[in-house]
Amino acid sequence: MSTSLADIHRCFRCGWCKLPTNFVDYNCPPYVRFKFESYSPGGRLWLIRAWLKGELGWSERLAEVLFSCVGCRNCAESCKMRFKDEVMDWIVVARSIAVEEGLVPPKVRDFLENIARYGNPWGLPRVQRMAWASRVKKYDGDEYLLYLGCESCYPERGREMAKNVIAVLEAAGVSFGVLGNEEECDGNEAYMLGELGLFQELASRNATKFKELGVKKVLTVSPHAYNSMKRYPERGFEVLHFTQLLHELVQRGKLVLSSVRYKVAYHDPCFLGRYNRIYLEPRRVLQSIERLRLVEMRRSKENAFCCGGGGGNFVFDLLHGPEGPARVRVREALETGAEVLAVACPICKCMLDDAVKDEGLEGKIEVKDLAEIVLDAMK
Amino acid sequence: MRAVKKKEEIYKALVEIVGREYVSDRKEDLYIYSRDPGLAEAHEPDFVVLPKTVEEVQRIVRMANKERIPVVPVGASLSLSGLTVPYKGGIVIDLRRMDRIIEVNRRSRYAVIEAGVTQGKLKAYLEENFPDLCHSLPEAPPSATVVGNLVIHGQGHLAQQYGFNSSMVTGLEVVLPNGDVCRIGSCALGPYWFSLEPFPIPAGLFLGWFGATGIITKAGIRLYPKKKLRDVEVFIVEDPNLVPEVIYRVTHTEMAEDVTTSAQPYPPMYQGIIMIQVYITGDVEEELEFKRKLIWRSLKDVIDSKEGGFMALTPDVRGTLLEEPIPTLTRFADVLRGGGFVYCGAIIPVEKFPDALKRLFEIAERHQVTFAHSGRVIGRGHCMMFAFAYPFNREDAEGMERTKRALHDSYVATLEIGGIPWKPEPSVQRTVIERMDKGVAELLKRIRSLLDPNGIMSTANWSVEL
Amino acid sequence: MELKFDRSLCEGCGTYDCLTKCQYLRLDERDARREVMKLISGEDSFVLRECVTCYACEEYCKRGNHPFYLITELQEKKGILPAPKPIVKQWVNMGIPTKREPQYFPFAREPVVSLCLFPEFMEELSGKLFEGISFIVGRYFFCQLAYLHFGRPSIIKERLPKIVENIARHGFKEVVFFHDECYSTFTSHARAYGIEVPFRPVHYFEYLYKRLKELEGEIRPLRARIAYQRNCSTRLAPDKEHYLDEIFELMGVERVQRDYDRENALCCGGIFRLQQRYDLYVDVQRRNVEDMVKAKAEYCVFNCPMCYYMLAERVSKAGIRPIMLHQLCKLAVGEPPR
Repeated sequence: MSTSLADIHRCFRCGWCKLPTNFVDYNCPPYVRFKFESYSPGGRLWLIRAWLKGELGWSERLAEVLFSCVGCRNCAESCKMRFKDEVMDWIVVARSIAVEEGLVPPKVRDFLENIARYGNPWGLPRVQRMAWASRVKKYDGDEYLLYLGCESCYPERGREMAKNVIAVLEAAGVSFGVLGNEEECDGNEAYMLGELGLFQELASRNATKFKELGVKKVLTVSPHAYNSMKRYPERGFEVLHFTQLLHELVQRGKLVLSSVRYKVAYHDPCFLGRYNRIYLEPRRVLQSIERLRLVEMRRSKENAFCCGGGGGNFVFDLLHGPEGPARVRVREALETGAEVLAVACPICKCMLDDAVKDEGLEGKIEVKDLAEIVLDAMK
Repeated sequence: MRAVKKKEEIYKALVEIVGREYVSDRKEDLYIYSRDPGLAEAHEPDFVVLPKTVEEVQRIVRMANKERIPVVPVGASLSLSGLTVPYKGGIVIDLRRMDRIIEVNRRSRYAVIEAGVTQGKLKAYLEENFPDLCHSLPEAPPSATVVGNLVIHGQGHLAQQYGFNSSMVTGLEVVLPNGDVCRIGSCALGPYWFSLEPFPIPAGLFLGWFGATGIITKAGIRLYPKKKLRDVEVFIVEDPNLVPEVIYRVTHTEMAEDVTTSAQPYPPMYQGIIMIQVYITGDVEEELEFKRKLIWRSLKDVIDSKEGGFMALTPDVRGTLLEEPIPTLTRFADVLRGGGFVYCGAIIPVEKFPDALKRLFEIAERHQVTFAHSGRVIGRGHCMMFAFAYPFNREDAEGMERTKRALHDSYVATLEIGGIPWKPEPSVQRTVIERMDKGVAELLKRIRSLLDPNGIMSTANWSVEL
Repeated sequence: MELKFDRSLCEGCGTYDCLTKCQYLRLDERDARREVMKLISGEDSFVLRECVTCYACEEYCKRGNHPFYLITELQEKKGILPAPKPIVKQWVNMGIPTKREPQYFPFAREPVVSLCLFPEFMEELSGKLFEGISFIVGRYFFCQLAYLHFGRPSIIKERLPKIVENIARHGFKEVVFFHDECYSTFTSHARAYGIEVPFRPVHYFEYLYKRLKELEGEIRPLRARIAYQRNCSTRLAPDKEHYLDEIFELMGVERVQRDYDRENALCCGGIFRLQQRYDLYVDVQRRNVEDMVKAKAEYCVFNCPMCYYMLAERVSKAGIRPIMLHQLCKLAVGEPPR
């Protein structure tokens, strides 16, 4: 993991990074949205270099370019150079410089300050975090700590997803508990936005809390939390994403699933897919449901097109619009003839659900999370 | 004051044409569009605009023509020769929002595409929907545009069989410098884009001009049979003088797909040898083996003399050579861990290969730069593209200067051995014009002034002024 | 460094196994004797031009007299090239270290495995069987023996002393050699040329066998039928091959009885291709694989990466799974490949 920009001049701006590895169509969400070369990964890196060398001064436009990256990692996946894995890191490092110099745009600044103060990017009161989940068992030495995360606690669709996951776990007799309003932000977006200090603070708080409670296994609803916690320094606990547990439960026969009659396109979340190479388990869960027809979009697995919610964008929504990634992705799903667009991430769920509405496709395609589909198959 | 007012008016006019979201005069965008990844000097445009339709392109050009504003149409700007640098400022028109694949006619084997379709997108689309058809894919990154490659007379993996990519054009839609639009080829008469001939062909007025005579907004291109299997043989020799003969023999068999050459001084396993990559394709194993045998047989006496032989390729080497496009060429930019390379592409007679290679070694030695050669046979050895390629490090200003000098000397060498610089920098274009037959130079000048009397289109290209 | 060759052993031979058993030259006893006499006198013989460098005659010779090493010495002396000049040049240059190649592995501790020119296997040599091992790898540790295929024993003589030194300066008492070629270099070839080797070369099979024995309780018998692809260089030092059969027994795999195994094994053909003998290359591969199919092998097990690279595709197309020996061993201890 790169922590310096010493090699940033090695970017050739050749453009492989704009496309997925199967070349199907442009795959960088800000580039797709804005179409100026400046918004492509190479363009962004060249502008960062120009800024650091003093050739360009900081500006609102530069800030927009730098913070419009949603961190999907398509660039690192497709780049053909030896330093490909550092490409995403460079963007984070550049952001950390902007943070240190107090140059972040107001939307980003508010996002980060809200996390620091209220434990969530919307600045909503802590007491609202899990007030809706008051009847869910509090963690008390159970096998799993179920970690919900900001995006599963505050937005409506996120809560629905959390409720679905909880319902499935309860039905399968899994031993789990939640932290309630004491839950702290996992820090993934803080890291992606370059606020490394805040990330370390949150990581430390979480790790300490888990240690005090004797937590051995953390089960997350959000892939963002999964990704973040995997990277906590001195992590004394195991992390699992709920789709991995679902897969295990299905294999062990702990979940009895009958059938559903719809055609499903599965949307790989960036933080499960490209970041952590988890492509098969969610698909296997879906395939274990009778009569469910699973189809692949043109861009799937390591080529999946990001919903555009990462890097805090699920809050500041810089990439909205008919050419924004969420709406483009929904149109792509529709092309497969799928009736359901399956998601495994609460941010994807919010972004894509909104996109379905914006596209006027209600009734034609529905966004469902994996737990929801499993619940459908349990009826 | 007047200049500023004028600029504001132009900005408003552009916004009116494409919408606020797709016009920019912000310095960040101007910075990016003022340069390409090569070593050309940067020049800032005044505006960057991203049209979506032909009508928008027309309106932009019409306005620019009226106001005498320079216009530079660009695709992915990957020529590396500064062909898309706005030397006189003005409006850069980035055509990549126009990226529809309009039609693929399987039976007649052609595709009709907009100017912004990338190599990768077309390849992926054909693989998914027409797996027995392919287009001639150059070694550029997949983000490069198909039309951009046509405009520079590029060559792809079908060059040995079917020639330059620009010879595969079956129709064009062009916006002229006055904003008029026209269709050239069979598409001018009906709905099919199958051929330029047998009309008197004005396509040549727009191919190879690097945007100086008009903006191609649509192109019809030939597609070719794509076989199920593909393999590669690499023949190596020590003596460059053997290369023309090897190429002659292999092209005589008419069994090969792509025939390419390469040479590099490092790592040691490539030192002192020249590699000739011969690609073969087939729908069944027997077809592939038959072709392979004929190619081996054509080189029998070279092999028996022990002066040349085929390598035994390990899966990783073979795998890389069979990628489409081969990423190694892009990776050349990282040889010095410096983010760039430039090359003098020369179109030369194959028999001049030894000469050109000798010059490459001399030039590299003279300027103390590292280098590599890659080449591609065009037609049945009618000529070849010979690249003098030099990587550079963006953080090493002195090294970059030496690289520029090596590049310059490579163009000089090209002309001296009787070759043609392929897609050269504007300064080299001027040299070419100065040296060429006076009659045709005059003709080029007249064509330019006929089509672009106000001198707004890609003015640095194919012009003697600057 | 002189080849220790005793011509009296050949003069009194009588059977001339080296040439009569040769699968490629097919000489009868009379012709074999004639050619042997020419060779031991340093005269020209068609054998020098026709030899495919399979190394088998080293194994066939029951008198320990190194017929193949002699052939390579004579080839070089007479300027006879088994492969085209540019191919030879490329291979000679392939052994030249690149700028960033390590010359010393300061953290390497025994048990240490030399991977020679095959760094790609570092990741796979992990798990229960390989706990605690270190590696030495790269051109500074390249055994050089491949040049026997190109009639350039002088390259070996030139470079080998430094290679031995590069290994020796680590102070290892024993070094495990992943590739048969390396093992042969430091055993058979070293003895034949009087080279001092200050460490004990341990063959990979010995290491694997011992580890498997230690983990015997965790082995789940694979119950598979396997064909083993015997490479050229193992023939230079076949003494360690008994470990292979013991490994197969421990893992519960059956090494199928087939024509082209053990002394009668067929080369992978890779070298023949380099010698531009394309038809022979196709022929040996086809016969070898047909033989495996006839014997109903499910896997073809390789120890030599080059054999694997050259033969795996044809094996695969015939419906047999190509697999490296250590991958098979890992399967047996419950660590399937990803």
